Parts: sequence; C-alpha cells; structure tokens
Amino acid sequence: MGHLGEEQLERARRLIALYPERRSALIPLCHLAQAQHGWLTPEAIEDIAGLLGITPAEVQGTASFYDMLHTEPVGRHVVAVCTNIACMLAGAYELLEHAEAHLGVHVGQTTEDGEFTLEESECLAGCDIAPCAQVNHRFFGPLDEAGFDALVAELRAGTLSEVVPPHGVLCRVERAVGLLAHRQEGPGDGAAEEGGAGGEGLGGGPGGGGARP
Amino acid sequence: MITDAAPIVTRRVRQEGSHTLQGYLSTGGYEGLRAALSMAPEAVREEVDKASLLGRGGAGFPAGRKWSMLRKSPTTYLVVNGDESEPATFKDRLLIEHDPHQIIEGAVIAAYAIGARQAFVFCRGEFALGLERLQQACNDAYAYGALGPRILGSEFSLDLVVHPGAGAYICGEETALLESLEGKRGFPRIKPPYFPAAIGLYGEPTVVNNVETVSNLPWIVLHGGEAFAALGQGSSAGTRLFALSGRVERPGWYELEMSKTTFRDLVYDPSLGGGVRGGAALKAFIPGGVSAPWFGPERLDLGLDQEAVGAAGSMLGSGSVVVMDETSCAVRAAWRISRFFWRESCGQCTPCREGSGWIEKMLRRIELGAGREEDLDVLMDACDNIAPGVSWPPRQTTICVLGPSIPSSVASGIRMFRDEFLLHVKEGACPYGAAGEGGRR
Repeated sequence: MGHLGEEQLERARRLIALYPERRSALIPLCHLAQAQHGWLTPEAIEDIAGLLGITPAEVQGTASFYDMLHTEPVGRHVVAVCTNIACMLAGAYELLEHAEAHLGVHVGQTTEDGEFTLEESECLAGCDIAPCAQVNHRFFGPLDEAGFDALVAELRAGTLSEVVPPHGVLCRVERAVGLLAHRQEGPGDGAAEEGGAGGEGLGGGPGGGGARP
Repeated sequence: MITDAAPIVTRRVRQEGSHTLQGYLSTGGYEGLRAALSMAPEAVREEVDKASLLGRGGAGFPAGRKWSMLRKSPTTYLVVNGDESEPATFKDRLLIEHDPHQIIEGAVIAAYAIGARQAFVFCRGEFALGLERLQQACNDAYAYGALGPRILGSEFSLDLVVHPGAGAYICGEETALLESLEGKRGFPRIKPPYFPAAIGLYGEPTVVNNVETVSNLPWIVLHGGEAFAALGQGSSAGTRLFALSGRVERPGWYELEMSKTTFRDLVYDPSLGGGVRGGAALKAFIPGGVSAPWFGPERLDLGLDQEAVGAAGSMLGSGSVVVMDETSCAVRAAWRISRFFWRESCGQCTPCREGSGWIEKMLRRIELGAGREEDLDVLMDACDNIAPGVSWPPRQTTICVLGPSIPSSVASGIRMFRDEFLLHVKEGACPYGAAGEGGRR
C-alpha cells in the first residue's frame, strides 16, 4: 500500500510544526513520502492532503510542478544525465546516447528490472565535473562511457549503497530540535504534538498570505 | 592581474572537515556572530552598507539597500536563497557542501541586523549532500547555541529551518521561491510590490539573500565594511566566487578580488582556467550565466566588474563564465540554452511560455539542417516579442526576468555568428558534425 507509515506520519507532524503555516511543509512531506515509496503514490498524496488540511488535487497540482517529485513509479536508481551548456560542451549528449544504449531504455523510461530510470537533466551545478550525472541526487563526474558503465555495474552490485540510497531518500540527517527561540518549552519539547500551533508565537498566523494582492 | 587578496568565503573550503562544527570553530567560526551580537543591529547594518556588498545571486542588488527597504512589522522573515540553478553556476553548492556553518552564521547576523526571528535556508532539492550537511550544521548550531533561544548568551533568539526545494529553476526568483516555501507552485508574483521587503513570506516583510551574500557577513562584521569595500573597485566591492566551465583546461571555482582580474586572466592564467582546452582558439564566452548575452574574444580584457560588464552589454550575473571554443557550434549552444528556458518557464506569461517553445523548435530545426534563411528574422522577431528591442538590459513583457533572459543567447548567436547559422541552412547540416545529436528529440 502507498500510504504513509506510522513513523512517517510522526515525522510529518514534526516537519509541519517547523512552519508558521502548515502548507509550507508540502514539499518536505512529498520528499518524505518519496523516501518511503520511491515515488509519490496517490495514497501518500491523500495522506499529505489530510495532514495539511488541503485537497489531494492541491497536493497533486503543486507536486506536478516540480521535477523531483514523481507522481508515477520510477526505478530504484534515477540516473539524471545533465546536458545543459557546460556538460554539452564536454560531450554530454554523446554520454546520454551511450547511456540509452547501455541501459536499453530511452530517456524517461525505466529498465524492465526496475533498477534504472534514465533522465535528461537540466544543469545540476556540477559544471566543474562535466559531463556529470546524478544518481538519486548524488553526483558523479566527469563521466566518460567506461566510467558510466562502471557506475552502473557498481549500482547493480550494490557496492555504492552507502553513497546512493534508494530513490526518494534525500536528506538522511533528521532535524534534531523543534522551534525553540520564541517558546517557553525546552529543547525538543512538544513541537510534534503542537502541530501548526507553532505559528502563533511567530506572528505569521492564518490570513497572513491573504494580505498579498 | 590576479591580486593576492585573501579569500573570504572560500577560506576554509579546502580543509578537511570544513563542514563540521569542530572544523568551523577551529578556524574562527562564529566569531563574526559574537562580534555582531555585541553591536547594535543598526551598527551591523551600517557596516554592511559601508561594505557596498552587492547581492551575489545574479541581480547584483546592494544587500544593505535591500535590508533598508523592509516595511515595519512585528514579524519579519529572513530567507537565504540556496536554490542555485542558473546553468553553469555552481558556487553556492560549494559553499553549502563545504562551509554550511558560514551560511548559518551569516544568516544569524543578517536576521539580527534586520530583526527577523525566523529564518529559512531554501536549499536546492538536487543538492542531497548539501542538504545533509546543512541540516547537520543546523542541528549542531542549535546544540552549540548559535541558533535557538538567547544566541551565544545574548538577548537575541532565532529559529532556522533548512527547507528543501524540489527541482524548479524558477524558484531561484525570489517571489517564486517564497511561493514555493509557502507550499505552492513556484509562480513568480506580480510586481509591484517589487521587493518581498514590502510583502514577502506569508504576506510579511521578508529579506531574501543569496547564500554567497550571507557567507560574506561574518568577515564583514569582523573586519569592518571599509576593509571589504577596499577590495575591488567602485560598486564592485570585495571578492567574488566565479564558476568557470566549458572548454577550459581547469574548470572550477575561483574566488577573486572583483574588478582587478580580467576575463582573460580567469580563462588563461595557469593558476585559474589554464587556457582553452587543447590550446584551441576561444570563440565566445558567456560572462555571467546563460541569461547573459555572450561576448567575443575582444571582450577578454574586461575586468570582472559588474558595471564594466553591464556597460559592455551583458552582465556579471551569477558569476559563472562559460567558454566556447572553435569546436563549439553556436547554433547548438543557443539551442540548448533556449531549450532550458522552454523547459523551465513556469507558464504564467504567454511571451515566455510560447516564445521559448517556438524559439527552441526553430533553433533545433536549423541545427538539424532543416532551417530556412528567413528563420533568423523570425527568431529575432520572436525575441522582440519577449523583450522589445532585444537590447540590454532587456525590456520586459513578463512577470519575472526569466522571459527577457531567453533572447540573450539567441540574439547573441545570430548577431555574432550569422554566417554560421546560414551555413547550417545552406549545407542542410551542422558543420560541426552530428556527434551527440542534440536535436533528436
């Protein structure tokens, strides 16, 4: 099932408590859901909507705007080859064609075994290691054809699992404390239970966003 | 000339463990914050004004003036823009991955100066390592007392949240960033208000400062604004982190004193770019990110100076310099850049949404050898519809500056390399060969 697990729900509540307005947690919650399932399942979208007090369509409509949020299943490894100007000048399109041939898929497709989804990416800010690629948002480069094949072999063999967690796992460092600065509670105290109430002390309460033209 | 000015924002990035609290503290970390907290907030603002620190994100707006425009309100937010996505720009990633505490220290100083009680660092989502290091730094800063209640024993309290993006170039535009931070699509907001200082996050006055901008603050507070302004020249004060890429021997980041160093130094000096790859001839270069018009080799002796580059018809922008050499196809470069804007246009404004797509298609057709001579005029006309006059700085028909950035590379390519465009048409093929068939999709 694609619903958020108990642990994820608990983490979601802690994330929501960090923001003056609940909806600000939308993208962090989408990342949280992707970390569990590898992609944004319809069930997770429903859960996120429930947590934020908005409709699933609003979550879907926002998530679909962003390249990193996948509303359809992807492989365990999303290989994103950058072809923007700096990488292109270093042979990125040749590398991408090689990647297609080597993996046996076109850009946007997933290998039959579900291991690899190949993407053509916009600039990843790895121009000093051009041509570069990211696997689940971890950098590799400069990559030539042999380097690409070796990378794929290592990913298949699982020898890079420390560096490259399964797709969707973005930040493995958890936030250690809730909001502290303008509360009476001590460190780590009660932030999760309070949910959106954290906003009150910060003065960014409901209606703030409505002031905009 | 390359001056011997000591690096400011990159002074510790090469050291082992520079991203850890221990590494940071052992190299003078949080001393700038201590100094700032012993000053009145207005005194901190004064030093930043004296420093003439220009925003390092791309627009180059004076940081001190941005702060001074804040509307008075009980709630003020600071947002650090770490959504670095301008193609060929990779300097903020360096700072995020290798000196996250410097960003946090700078953010606390900025928040103290403007009276913000909550800060956010919006970090580009694709920077997984950066996000992990920033979050760890944030956790450690809380434990150390540099974040949270009564920071370093002072009366000042601040919470900071590291917020991950999710992949959208447009979120680097500050009002789109705020929309995204509010959990919405990254749609830039209608102007006016021109600055979030009036109406920002949740409708409250907000300062949005770039990662590199705030990374300069600890040094400025410790050494004084005048010492910072003494570096560089005129309005281009201090040092700046330049990202060099493309057809050079030594692509990478270089922190250089502004104005004093030229593009020629950056590209050719053995300690910097080391020359064009394989000794080839330089054909053109982009002086400040792909939103900037291109320069030919005759501009190599310009200084890395915001005003000088502006006066010459382009911009220093995000500080990213891309070198094309005699093996680089101008049509292909212009096509790939327009493809980027087409993919990243948020779709709100017709000139940008439609213009980028048509320009991309026509450039692809020319690159594939199916173009027509009159396409060049149609392309320039399409550019004119997006940014009337196709001049620099561009006029604007759209909500944000993504639209007017589209014509930069198209018009540069056609104006500088018209014969090369026509050769594609005449020969019915790219004269540089079909290697890496860029236009196949």
